[in-house]
Amino acid sequence: MTHAREHDAAANNELIAFRLGSQEFCLDIMSVRDIRGWTPTTPLPHACEYVKGVINLRGAVLPVVDLAARLGFAPVEPSARHVIIITQVGNQTIGLLVDAVSDILTVSSGSIQATPDVASELARAFMKGVIAMEGRMLSLIALDSVLTQNQAGQGLPN
Amino acid sequence: MDTMAAIKQTFFQECEEQLAELEEGLLAIEREEGDLETINAVFRAVHSIKGGAGAFGLDDLVRFAHTFETTLDGMRSGKLEITPQIVKLMLRSADILSDLVRISRDGGEMDAGRVAQMTDELARTGGAGPVAPAAAAPQPPAFEPLAAGEAEPQVDEFGFAPVQISFDTLIADDEAAGIRQAVHIRFTPKPELYAKANDALRLLRELGRLGEMEVSCDASAVPLLGELDPEGAYLTWDITLTGDLDEKAVREVFEFVEFDCDLSIDTAVAGPVMDESDAAQTVQAILAQVAAEEAAGQERHAAPQAEAPAPVRAAPPAAQAASAAPQQAANSQAPQPGATIRVDLDRVDRLIDLVGELVINQSMLAQRVMEAGIARLSDVAVGLDDLEHLTREIQDSVMAIRAQPVRPIFQRMSRVVREVADMTGKSVRLVTEGENCEVDKTVIERLADPLTHMIRNAIDHGLEKPEDRLAAGKPEQGVVRMVAAHRSGRVVIEVSDDGAGINRSRVRQIAVDRGIVAEDAQLSDAEIDDLIFAPGFSTAAAISDVSGRGVGMDVVRRSIQALGGRITITSRPGLGTTFTLSLPLTLAVLDGMVVNVAGQTLVVPLSAIVETLQPKAQDVHGLGEKARVIGIRGAFIPLIDVGCVLGYRDEEADPLASVAMMVETENQSQCALLVDGIVGQQQVVIKSLETNYGHVFGVAGATILGDGRVAVILDVDAIVAGSRAEAARMDANRKRSAA
Amino acid sequence: MAKTILTVDDSRTIREMLKAALMDAGMEVVQAEDGVHGLEVLETCEPDVIITDINMPRMDGFGFIEAVRGSGRHRAIPILVLTTESVDDKKDRARRAGASGWIIKPFDPVKLVTAINRVAA
Repeated sequence: MTHAREHDAAANNELIAFRLGSQEFCLDIMSVRDIRGWTPTTPLPHACEYVKGVINLRGAVLPVVDLAARLGFAPVEPSARHVIIITQVGNQTIGLLVDAVSDILTVSSGSIQATPDVASELARAFMKGVIAMEGRMLSLIALDSVLTQNQAGQGLPN
Repeated sequence: MDTMAAIKQTFFQECEEQLAELEEGLLAIEREEGDLETINAVFRAVHSIKGGAGAFGLDDLVRFAHTFETTLDGMRSGKLEITPQIVKLMLRSADILSDLVRISRDGGEMDAGRVAQMTDELARTGGAGPVAPAAAAPQPPAFEPLAAGEAEPQVDEFGFAPVQISFDTLIADDEAAGIRQAVHIRFTPKPELYAKANDALRLLRELGRLGEMEVSCDASAVPLLGELDPEGAYLTWDITLTGDLDEKAVREVFEFVEFDCDLSIDTAVAGPVMDESDAAQTVQAILAQVAAEEAAGQERHAAPQAEAPAPVRAAPPAAQAASAAPQQAANSQAPQPGATIRVDLDRVDRLIDLVGELVINQSMLAQRVMEAGIARLSDVAVGLDDLEHLTREIQDSVMAIRAQPVRPIFQRMSRVVREVADMTGKSVRLVTEGENCEVDKTVIERLADPLTHMIRNAIDHGLEKPEDRLAAGKPEQGVVRMVAAHRSGRVVIEVSDDGAGINRSRVRQIAVDRGIVAEDAQLSDAEIDDLIFAPGFSTAAAISDVSGRGVGMDVVRRSIQALGGRITITSRPGLGTTFTLSLPLTLAVLDGMVVNVAGQTLVVPLSAIVETLQPKAQDVHGLGEKARVIGIRGAFIPLIDVGCVLGYRDEEADPLASVAMMVETENQSQCALLVDGIVGQQQVVIKSLETNYGHVFGVAGATILGDGRVAVILDVDAIVAGSRAEAARMDANRKRSAA
Repeated sequence: MAKTILTVDDSRTIREMLKAALMDAGMEVVQAEDGVHGLEVLETCEPDVIITDINMPRMDGFGFIEAVRGSGRHRAIPILVLTTESVDDKKDRARRAGASGWIIKPFDPVKLVTAINRVAA
């Protein structure tokens, strides 16, 4: 589904923009199920650093990923101001811990540029491209790789 | 293609149900509790399997089902006397049928010899053989009496004189199936044709599709209007059909009505034939006539509604009897099955999830209300109490959707009993009770293997040989009982035999020989009996093909524990042995001990916990570099700090400020899990971590506590195994650094 | 207008097969599990044709046909019975009970539709 949209350059993509530290990122709105304030998580034994633990979302247990830590930045110390974006890829529902949600954007597929290769390899692995908008730059997150690319065999199996 | 595959799946599902019904019915007949409807149901089950199998071209299945069905039909019609031998034969045939179904579904080779032998045995009962049913039919196959029978009351009343059908032409059918230039048909419908909702007009239309048609109508038999019976039939049609005609196709048009009309089909006439004697009517006139008749037909349909007493046709006595019988049977069938619907299991599980959430939300709300200082007797608090009751009730009802009676699994066991009895040469009767006891569907599915093994064990090891039983003053036939009952929120299943009981000195000796217990160990009777669950224990001196499948009772215990259940054994010498299974009603709910570890709340399955205790200084001993043990009643049991194993903390907690939970693992070894404190016991709804995350070491699942927070459920076996592996790793490290 | 067919059979398999074949032929299908259920369903709909099995619990095909034929409202609905070829006396009994025609099991979808068209144009 996501792929079909990707290839259609004329199609408009609705994206949800959010901040991690000083950088801006965005996600396809179709994969976003919900946005909630930070609630304390239950840590999982032996989990990777970027897995904050699990929360209860309407009776389902789902993991919360510290997206900053996942992208190789410093882990977030979550507070009441932080936000969890509930996303869905395939059969998995996962929360992404981010600083704040800033905007909902509509962009054409054609305006998504390739990720410049100055970014770190880790960061590039999780980005589909970048978008220029009113003098800002937003990185488009490749959700499926955030959820499935494992580090050292730990993490989020499909 | 997809539709067919889906229907095929339905077919096999249905086969399972039919096979269960078949067996249940046969067993009832065996107990002499069966009535006519039982035999009918048994017959229908086999008939249904045959019908579906035919649709999928499963010829082996169709053939055997047919032979089986024929014998059952003999039983049904009273031609075949129901003796214990016959019922046994039927039961064995049911087993073969079940195997054939399984092989049709899963593939594999059927032992053709077995099928042939059984087919033979069935045939020899006299009820079977493909010729038998025709002979059994009370109705002679001749057509004439039927036609005459059809032409009853109205015919006489209205002076309807049927023209004799030329049966010669009808029978000469086969040789005439060629191509003809023209066919002349004379067709006189009888009232019965209309009474069966057939229609002359439609038949003429269908004929018209076969070739060029000319129709003339002989209305000379139509009476005066006053005498006209709206249910009567007065017209005769002369039809000439020209073209490339297949006479078979022509006859097929009249296939359904051949006994409800006078019909002659004359193929000898070449060329169109017009009836010169009657004034030849034009096709338009004919069609007008047809329309008129159709209108009369509509009137006929409407008539019964206008007149209060609908003219009911006198049904032939045989048909009346046929309709009376099933109604009577329906009355005698005590509990009518309630209406059911089939629902996708995912939907039910989603509902269970949502209701679980509702329960949590409700308790959170209640907590907030308490915190807000609202009086207990205020309207709000009372309303909340009602809400709580309602919520609990909804939860119970939703859980009940997944519940199913244990009956099918009990029925499967009767086959196991037959097979094992055959193999061991023992005579065994299976007595079951509480088949209507309901348990979660998943629990039921996973009970089959453990129960099978227990039944095998009971017959093979529990029951004595017939001669030994007689010598002991017992009846030759042994009894295996299987009883299910609900007991304090769990289901308890007992499997007992009236055999010799456990030979304790022998069991003890084997356990000593296999190094399971020390030579000088002091063991109570119960402890000795419990040894048969020990891994590596097998009582059979010579492993028989029955029990000795490389699976011991240890595996049975493990699979029961995996279901959150427990299994215990009691035995009385000379009187028999009883296995008692205690199982949770559902796998979605778990009885748990809520504990604190390193600031986290965890749930430990209650079924794993033997006891909890406060360690005392004199009981805790260091063992080697890091390991610690606790002395309980003279035995030293390893102490495992749960917080460390889960990686919640690095330093082990002070045992004296902690609580030790004695747990039993799958391999029967005991360990003490060290936790910071116990919060209490609670029933929790099990949630999967795997859906959105994946498997986590040491964690069996998760649950949502009353405050809405997630708590993980401990996988006790993994924790114990993990701590052993850790110890082994440290040993290896030590050896390496020492070297 | 699409024909509506009521199928009465205790076998889910056969009901589903009939449904697949009839829907392929553009007909609408209403289902019942036995004679009693069939009569209940007839309270709520007016099918163009009824197809019924013979061997069924509670009320068998013969009883069902007689009940339909004895009813005021539905007596004119054509009824086809499902039967296996080997049993000729079943056909006779069904006919005497008032069946309009029959379909031989295992049925061929084309013949099924032909039979329906023969009894309900």
